[in-house]
Amino acid sequence: MLYISKWKATAILLTALICCLFAVPNFFPESMVKRWPAWAQRHIVLGLDLQGGSHILLEVDVNDVRRQKLLALQDDVRRVLREARIGLIRAPVVRGNAVEVAIRESDLQQGLAKLRELSQPLGGFLGSTGARSVDVENVGGGVVRLSPTEPALLERVRQVVDQSVEIIGKRVNQLGLVEPSIQRQGNDRILVQVPGLGDPQQLLEILGKTAKLTFRLVDTSTPVEQALQGRPPPESEIVYGSKAENRQPYLLEKRVIVSGEELTDAQPGFDQRSSEPIVTFKFNTSGARKFAQVTQENVGRPFAIVLDDEVISAPVIREPILGGSGQISGNFTVESANNLAILLRAGALPAKLTVIEQRVVGAGLGQDSIEKGKQASYFGGALVIIFMVVTYGLFGVFASIAVAVNVGMIFGILSLLNATLTLPGIIGIVLTIGIAVDSNVLIYERIREEVRTGRTPITAIDAGFTRALATILDSNITTFIAAAVLFFFGSGPVRGFAVTLGIGIITTVFTAFTLTRLIVAWWVRWARPRQLAIS
Amino acid sequence: MRLHPKLPLLRIVPDDTKFDFMRFRRISFPISAALSIVAILLYFFHGLNFGIDFVGGTLIEVQSKSGPADLAKMRAALSGLGLGEVQLQEFGGPADVLIRVAQQPGGEAAQQAAIGKLREALGSEVDYRRVEVVGPRVSSELLAMSTIGLGLAIFAILIYLWFRFEWQFSLGAMIANVHDLVLTIGYMSLTQIDFDLSSIAALLTILGYSLNDTVVIYDRIREMLRRYRRMSMPDLLNISVNSTLSRSIITHVTVTLALLALLFFGGHAIHSFVATMIFGVVLVGTYTSVFIAAPILIYLGVGTTRMEAEEATGQETASSASRS
Repeated sequence: MLYISKWKATAILLTALICCLFAVPNFFPESMVKRWPAWAQRHIVLGLDLQGGSHILLEVDVNDVRRQKLLALQDDVRRVLREARIGLIRAPVVRGNAVEVAIRESDLQQGLAKLRELSQPLGGFLGSTGARSVDVENVGGGVVRLSPTEPALLERVRQVVDQSVEIIGKRVNQLGLVEPSIQRQGNDRILVQVPGLGDPQQLLEILGKTAKLTFRLVDTSTPVEQALQGRPPPESEIVYGSKAENRQPYLLEKRVIVSGEELTDAQPGFDQRSSEPIVTFKFNTSGARKFAQVTQENVGRPFAIVLDDEVISAPVIREPILGGSGQISGNFTVESANNLAILLRAGALPAKLTVIEQRVVGAGLGQDSIEKGKQASYFGGALVIIFMVVTYGLFGVFASIAVAVNVGMIFGILSLLNATLTLPGIIGIVLTIGIAVDSNVLIYERIREEVRTGRTPITAIDAGFTRALATILDSNITTFIAAAVLFFFGSGPVRGFAVTLGIGIITTVFTAFTLTRLIVAWWVRWARPRQLAIS
Repeated sequence: MRLHPKLPLLRIVPDDTKFDFMRFRRISFPISAALSIVAILLYFFHGLNFGIDFVGGTLIEVQSKSGPADLAKMRAALSGLGLGEVQLQEFGGPADVLIRVAQQPGGEAAQQAAIGKLREALGSEVDYRRVEVVGPRVSSELLAMSTIGLGLAIFAILIYLWFRFEWQFSLGAMIANVHDLVLTIGYMSLTQIDFDLSSIAALLTILGYSLNDTVVIYDRIREMLRRYRRMSMPDLLNISVNSTLSRSIITHVTVTLALLALLFFGGHAIHSFVATMIFGVVLVGTYTSVFIAAPILIYLGVGTTRMEAEEATGQETASSASRS
């Protein structure tokens, strides 16, 4: 046990040294590290709780996705049945989680066949999973019920999340934030993390908007008041104005002239006459053509610019707009005009997103936490070392060396993994100092016992190591299991604790098995103790 | 002879300590049982002070820009917002205030709306050090995940110990450590420390760490069982605990030193986390492994099969038979 070959010794020292070396970039300023080779640039990332920043968790509104899917299905049903010239008793309507349509008895079989074609097999990871996109059910009395299946809905939610991640990325980048991270989380969530952002108000405003823009004509055939009391005409609906527009109701045609997807650019600006903030925009070719045609035919009528089911403004068409560009004015502030321009450029989200968790740490608190964490680590380390040296003398010094290397290795491995260091993570490191010492204590106490049974120093040390190492392994594995569970079930900063604690246990076992043994072996060879004096 | 250092220099436990720990089981078991019942009663009737991680709501830490914060004025400004109960508390220094607002009725959007109102009411006189808003969905998930995690950790460790030791050891360690968790939860209820995600981390660490201690003693007991085939269980357990006593004490001193450094220098944010750990690891964990985990093996029948086997072969001596 005490004889360690030169090769082994070299391997042990090299492993420890390389691990520690990986920690080096953390002690140099970033500007300097950037010029180093890529493999040497790995470093520890400070968690948002230490460097300050915003953590925002968004969830796709599944009900919104379901509603959209039902509306699309309703359109499909209508189109398919019309194309096949199938006689209807009742037009398709959305009812609960399904679309229902009543088909004339004579056409029922043909209609069912056509509707069944709407249901497509869903592709899984490994080809067809056997699931279909729509359940088609003949309820009786000519009524057919079509409902999107749960797998189809999940698939759609997944797509929505992917598209949203991209669009949010565009939006966030336009705000000029440093190193934002936007990730899908689980099936229906998106995590946005922005280091250094202590006031996320503008970010939240930009994330919370779907930004679905439509241009629609105002229906002037019926006065709004009348539509509000009775039923609006079938092809029109009531839409309310934005807050700036005093929530005034408008009667708008459901038909969309042009939508936000056909914009190629949007910029904030100022109106030349009134100098109030506005947003100018440009249509693509097809959008410009449609807009030109409609404005030509409707000079003198008002049209409405609708954003997320709110009328921003409803100007009167004074002359045909042929150039494919225009401006939106709607009591904007400079900031809200800027936000709207960003939203329009980045495009609309495919579904509504809701903020379900928000955690923001100011830079000041983060800095304080780092300072206090450092202080606690220095004091903790110093106290432990003093105690060990007082208790074990030279062997205490050996233990302190092992602990120092241990902490160096933890930092090195954290850097190598580009892991995130959080405040609980610092606690994990300080705790590891305590736990790492335990392995030395176990070995020393065991050696002491072996000496008492009358062994010579060298055989006592040998036996002490052999017996203690089994215990060290057993006792550390239990703590490691707890850390592993914490890693998989914890979130955010707590996960950082699990990471440092887990890595700390691995390095502790490593140093106990190798480095401490090596140091003691060298000492034995050098000092050749004839006896280990005990008290 | 400095080249032959004394090992150790500081004698913490005399070499031939023979403290009769097993005798104390007649006191320690009833005490632990009583304390556990008190802890469970505390949990059910006094409850835990659940933080926003688990019940949702809003937490804001602000620092007044102009010296000490005027809590009364702030409270007046915030309680008029119609957000239900608003708790204010000094946090760390006189300028630092922790504001807690319960979860708002009306789903996820309502939580986010509340923070807007709070920011408006607090105005520009304060710096926002920390803002946390946890919606109902996230909080209930975190609670579920934490409970599952804690249960799974206990289960995984039980399985591991079962593989490494006999089942009696595994069961004994579990009883001992569930006892630790119960007492720690009782402590959290009594002190009304914030029970949040970091508390779960603390509980899991206590679990892992106090097991660490138990395993060290069990390892020794197993070794003794192999070596002294004729010793009575109480004697054998006593020797095992006594021979690991020095290690237990030294190790706990070092962990306590590390934890105390965190408690005094680590700042307010981790105060409750560290306090819980000190209670769990230092006060309960140590006591448990010596006074519960070891003696419970007597009741779980460790070593009885060994005795019976020897009795069958007629090697059993009268003295040890009468003791067991």
